[in-house]
Amino acid sequence: MTTFLTILVVLFVLVAVWQMMKIFDLAQIGAPESQIATDKDNRMNGYLMIGFLIFIYAITIVCFVKWGDLPLLSNSASEHGPQVDNLMIISLVLIFIVQTITQFLLHYFAFKYKGEKGKKALFYADNNTLEAIWTIIPVIVLAGLIIYGLFTWNEIMNVDKDEDPLVVELYAQQFNWKARYAGDDNVLGMANVRLIDIDRANILGLDESDPNAQDDVITTELHLPVGRPVLFKMRSQDVLHSAYMPHFRAQMNCVPGMITQFSFTPTITTSEMRQNPDIVTKVENINNIRVENSKALVAKGEDALEPYEFDYLLLCNKICGKSHYNMQMKIIVETQEEYDAWIKEQTVFANAITK
Amino acid sequence: MSTNHDTHDHDDHGHHHKETFVTKYIFSQDHKMIAKQYLVTGTIMGVIGVLMSIMFRMQIAWPEEPNVLFEALLGKWAPDGVMDADIYLALVTIHGTIMVFFVLTAGLSGTFSNLLIPLQIGARDMASGFLNMVSYWLFFLSSVIMIISLFVEAGPAAAGWTIYPPLSAVEMAQGGSGMGMTLWLVSMAIFIASSLLGSLNYIVTVINLRTKGMSMTRLPLTIWAFFVTAIIGVISFPVLLSAALLLIMDRSFGTSFFLSDIFIQGEVLHYQGGSPVLFEHLFWFLGHPEVYIVLLPALGITSEIIATNSRKPIFGYRAMVASILAIAFLSTIVWGHHMFISGMNPFLGSVFTFTTLLIAIPSAVKSFNYITTLWKGNLQFNPAMLFSIGLVSTFITGGLTGIILGDSALDINVHDTYFVVAHFHLVMGISALYGMFAGIYHWYPKMFGRMLNKNLGYMHFWITAICAYGVFFPMHFIGMAGLPRRYYTNSNFPLFDDLSDVNVIITVFAIIGGIAQIIFLYNFFASMYFGKKATQNPWKSNTLEWTTPVEHIHGNWPGEIPHVHRWAYDYSKPGHDVDFVPQDVPLKEGEEELQH
Repeated sequence: MTTFLTILVVLFVLVAVWQMMKIFDLAQIGAPESQIATDKDNRMNGYLMIGFLIFIYAITIVCFVKWGDLPLLSNSASEHGPQVDNLMIISLVLIFIVQTITQFLLHYFAFKYKGEKGKKALFYADNNTLEAIWTIIPVIVLAGLIIYGLFTWNEIMNVDKDEDPLVVELYAQQFNWKARYAGDDNVLGMANVRLIDIDRANILGLDESDPNAQDDVITTELHLPVGRPVLFKMRSQDVLHSAYMPHFRAQMNCVPGMITQFSFTPTITTSEMRQNPDIVTKVENINNIRVENSKALVAKGEDALEPYEFDYLLLCNKICGKSHYNMQMKIIVETQEEYDAWIKEQTVFANAITK
Repeated sequence: MSTNHDTHDHDDHGHHHKETFVTKYIFSQDHKMIAKQYLVTGTIMGVIGVLMSIMFRMQIAWPEEPNVLFEALLGKWAPDGVMDADIYLALVTIHGTIMVFFVLTAGLSGTFSNLLIPLQIGARDMASGFLNMVSYWLFFLSSVIMIISLFVEAGPAAAGWTIYPPLSAVEMAQGGSGMGMTLWLVSMAIFIASSLLGSLNYIVTVINLRTKGMSMTRLPLTIWAFFVTAIIGVISFPVLLSAALLLIMDRSFGTSFFLSDIFIQGEVLHYQGGSPVLFEHLFWFLGHPEVYIVLLPALGITSEIIATNSRKPIFGYRAMVASILAIAFLSTIVWGHHMFISGMNPFLGSVFTFTTLLIAIPSAVKSFNYITTLWKGNLQFNPAMLFSIGLVSTFITGGLTGIILGDSALDINVHDTYFVVAHFHLVMGISALYGMFAGIYHWYPKMFGRMLNKNLGYMHFWITAICAYGVFFPMHFIGMAGLPRRYYTNSNFPLFDDLSDVNVIITVFAIIGGIAQIIFLYNFFASMYFGKKATQNPWKSNTLEWTTPVEHIHGNWPGEIPHVHRWAYDYSKPGHDVDFVPQDVPLKEGEEELQH
């Protein structure tokens, strides 16, 4: 059947090509210069240029209206988040202005100066003042952006040890995440993948002889107390991964053979975020979509989709193999008391390992 | 140098005694034939690359749904027509590799540098016709190996076109990292050899074989662009070759340049002391200049076409040359902006932010100069002109978002999301592709002696232009919503459920845009045989290639090589009856050459 269909399709294509060939032949009748733009072509394409300008503006407006709430550019949940968002918004506004003006000039000039027989273009080859202007303006604007950007970057990447950050290891492997808390001493025990012993539950390769490792806690969910700086130490056991926590404007690659780091302070607990009107609307919208999608699934005899509830997420954002698309970990930001209660329930490494 | 061709008369080229079918069409040493070979090979690779993108776009829009196209084309990789997650990554990887290297590097530079350098500087051929031939056949060989890698048992390379180790180095990490990756690396190594031979040839030719009067300040901007591109290629491609060779060593000979402390599938591997970050540095030391290797020829082509079709001199010739040089220089010191969050020292992040944002300055100068060239012109909307204006449009739209990605503080949150995909597709993918199309429409008469059909050209441009924006403009927004790239499906993240409609829209535009390329392919191949015969200088252009006869001859000019008396942009010059003055026309008495 497939073969038959394929032959049929090929046959149709051949007929279509033959037909087009004939049209093509007919189109070739005319003067030798017939394939060079005429005044009529210039007029048509001139108007199309204006049409295209309108199209660019329209698609910009539609995108901003429909998808421009930019859920991950507002309602950041970390201390440095608003600063990043601010810089992002300034950059976006700037881009928007330049884009609107330059696209207008480009397409409007294309329309305005569309060719006509007998018209002569202006011989205008150089103007140093003009060129100086459009060299210097970008220099000034970019200097501002660079300085703002660098201050923000330094502030984000600078880890202040005096603030006594909570030290947490993010451990990546194909295709899941683990978190390791440093325990009461807030110092992570030494570890190396060569020490991994799956049978004895030493899954992250901790050095059993290191006293600092004894109180470490390994979990599959990331709990963070609100308002306390967290210093993440990233490690990977196999390939490159990237720990992407978009709600916190945080991301760092996990590199086998080395330890990378990133630090931020969560400012809004998960339950507070769930109450945020923007998030409520977004979740509602998503759940409506899920209900719609479920109908189709149920009709096919499959299970309906679970309703969505907002959670912070850690995603893998560096291609890492087959199941890269499903490498995630839930992040729960909670009050210090809730966090203390949760961490107390976890088993420390010394007790988890089989002797 | 092919001085031996000087004696060949125009009249005897038809019954040239030495030329056989093989030396004329296959192992040709004539730059015009080699250009056509590059173009046709590049076009075929392009069709494969675009087809792949349509397939994975379908998977993104309608995840895990059976599709006849998948069943027919992917075979065992699409059981019951559902695309496999491994082959999804392979399609993404090979699409990137093919488009960046095989289409937009070899297809673009290979075609137009070969065609135009000798013709526009007034040379009989390339400095070394033999090396030129070898360069093409190495490219052909690497294309064949890349295609063969698609049929490997465990699947083609699937680690992304950046092939970061350890994913690409350790076979246990991914099926595609076995034989598929070996072939990928072999293919790329041969490709780099081809590219280097080509580039060296271009550089030597431009420096040594310019005709009398063709000073560097009279060079058309196309040649400036090809020349500088070749220099960047010679500087940066060897570094990728070293990265590829070291990776081959790590994979097959037990070294640890890029690998250390790996535990995979219950096993500790022996590697110790290497670093994947080193690979990233080596890769992006080529990878970023590569963007300009792709883009500069397109900008050069556009400069030429916009000037010709505006019937005006290009505005600010000196500034255009200066910005090409500035971009070339800066392009080699910005690679780290791909690695802000790779784990390298944050101080380096600051340095690379600084150098990266500087690139915006020459880019802005170029854009404004293009726009000013249109001002008060007499624009002839030939298809080539449309694609050139389209290039300026996408270059601006795509380039502007570079301000966000080049800013390390902002890059943290949009790194590796669809925002990046949208950015680089517009600024280098679509722009360079437009440049390539513009070049094909403009120089088709020179290459094949016939004209392309203009109405099909208009159709091709407008559908492509709308679809390009339709695909890549909304893509910025799903990126800003935090959607990572290279995800087989987003269905495991309810967070992104409200983006599924955008993804469908993007895919529909991609499919229409892809189908629209059939118009071009048809026009391209049919016009070779049925197109209108071209006149000698159909676009009334000033450059030297239009002084050669329509029928190709060895050595390009039947008689003496024309001498050059002026720059390439004397369009609508006051004091002349016609609106163009070719470069080989001597200055009139009392006429001054523009000081530039």
